[in-house]
Amino acid sequence: MNTEKLELFEVFIRSKRGLDHKHIGSLHAEDHEQALEYARDCYTRRSEGVSIWVVKSNDICSSQEDDAECFYDPSDDKPYRHATYYVLPDPVNNM
Amino acid sequence: MTSQEDNFMRKIEADEKIEPKDWMPEAYRKNLIRQMSQHAHSEVIGMQPEGNWITRAPSLRRKVVLLSKVQDEAGHGLYLYSATETLGITRAELIAALQSGEAKYASIFNYPTLTWGDVGAIGWLVDGAAIVNQVSLQRTSYGPYSRGMIRICKEESFHQRQGYEALLALANGSPEQKQMAQDSLNRFYWPALMMFGPHDSESAHSAKSMEWKIKRETNDDLRQKFIDQTVPQIEVLGLEHPDKAIKWNEERGHYDSGEIDWDEFYSVINGNGHCNRQRVEHHIAAHDEGTWVRDAITAYNEKKNAKKAQNVA
Repeated sequence: MNTEKLELFEVFIRSKRGLDHKHIGSLHAEDHEQALEYARDCYTRRSEGVSIWVVKSNDICSSQEDDAECFYDPSDDKPYRHATYYVLPDPVNNM
Repeated sequence: MTSQEDNFMRKIEADEKIEPKDWMPEAYRKNLIRQMSQHAHSEVIGMQPEGNWITRAPSLRRKVVLLSKVQDEAGHGLYLYSATETLGITRAELIAALQSGEAKYASIFNYPTLTWGDVGAIGWLVDGAAIVNQVSLQRTSYGPYSRGMIRICKEESFHQRQGYEALLALANGSPEQKQMAQDSLNRFYWPALMMFGPHDSESAHSAKSMEWKIKRETNDDLRQKFIDQTVPQIEVLGLEHPDKAIKWNEERGHYDSGEIDWDEFYSVINGNGHCNRQRVEHHIAAHDEGTWVRDAITAYNEKKNAKKAQNVA
């Protein structure tokens, strides 16, 4: 089998109802259906999940390491977005 | 009961979450769309009364804090709209229902913010009441709603604290400032209690919502929690409690309280609050004024795609 022709898929598994799907790994497959079956065989052999998502890796648009500064630095000087920034008297500090 | 209904009820009874692609009764879906969209609309309309004070905040610090809080509310609206859309309804339909008045939002936002003290009172009391409700909803039976609530609660704890801190500054200030804090407390206390909805005996949606575990605690139980937690907070501010009937009941382990003015509650819900028309008109105007942005995005996408097609050819 020529795996170079197969596409790369990212696999996400929901381990339990109510929880988010979590990225668990990737695999090569011909199409979505095949990716889903492979994912089941490969990543849920011990009932690790109740639901699987497969997404073509090429369809994922991600931020780049080089962008980190302009993406996240603006949050650094905004400590007031955190609850701990506000100092309240002890008797009401549990709010 | 069909096997689908059986399976659904089995999950509910076992405290398992319902996820978007699961079968669910039509009435469950409808009930969720009503409650979740009302919740989303409240986040979005709630930006107006506070936004009213951004340019007039008393210091730069208060201003960045308020900006940041209002920005959070927009984000929370987005989380909730997205979660509602997993039930098979579009954003456009949800917005249309808000603008036509078919869908409701929290009545508290139909009260005006007359003074800076009101901004503090909203953070402390309105967000405080919302948090009591939302903490309970973290255990709601619909997965996307539950996950949204967990995220929102985490982000929201600063909202209540910044409001209380602002009011504490007023309460410890000049006699005029202290009076301003008292006046804001007096005007927002009762409407905050009304946020929990009618008494359980009067609530149209409560019984079914409890059975399906969309709601996990009743309106009256949640309201009692809020009443209890607010008493010491008013004491620390050194303000007078607006409810003259408030009294500790040793036997119940809760505070007894005076009756809410339900005529006012229903009057505001039915459109006769101070700001009902203004809130929706403003939303429509803002939405219309944003049309050019949405058009520009579409035009830019078309241009980009045409260029791509040209390069391929």
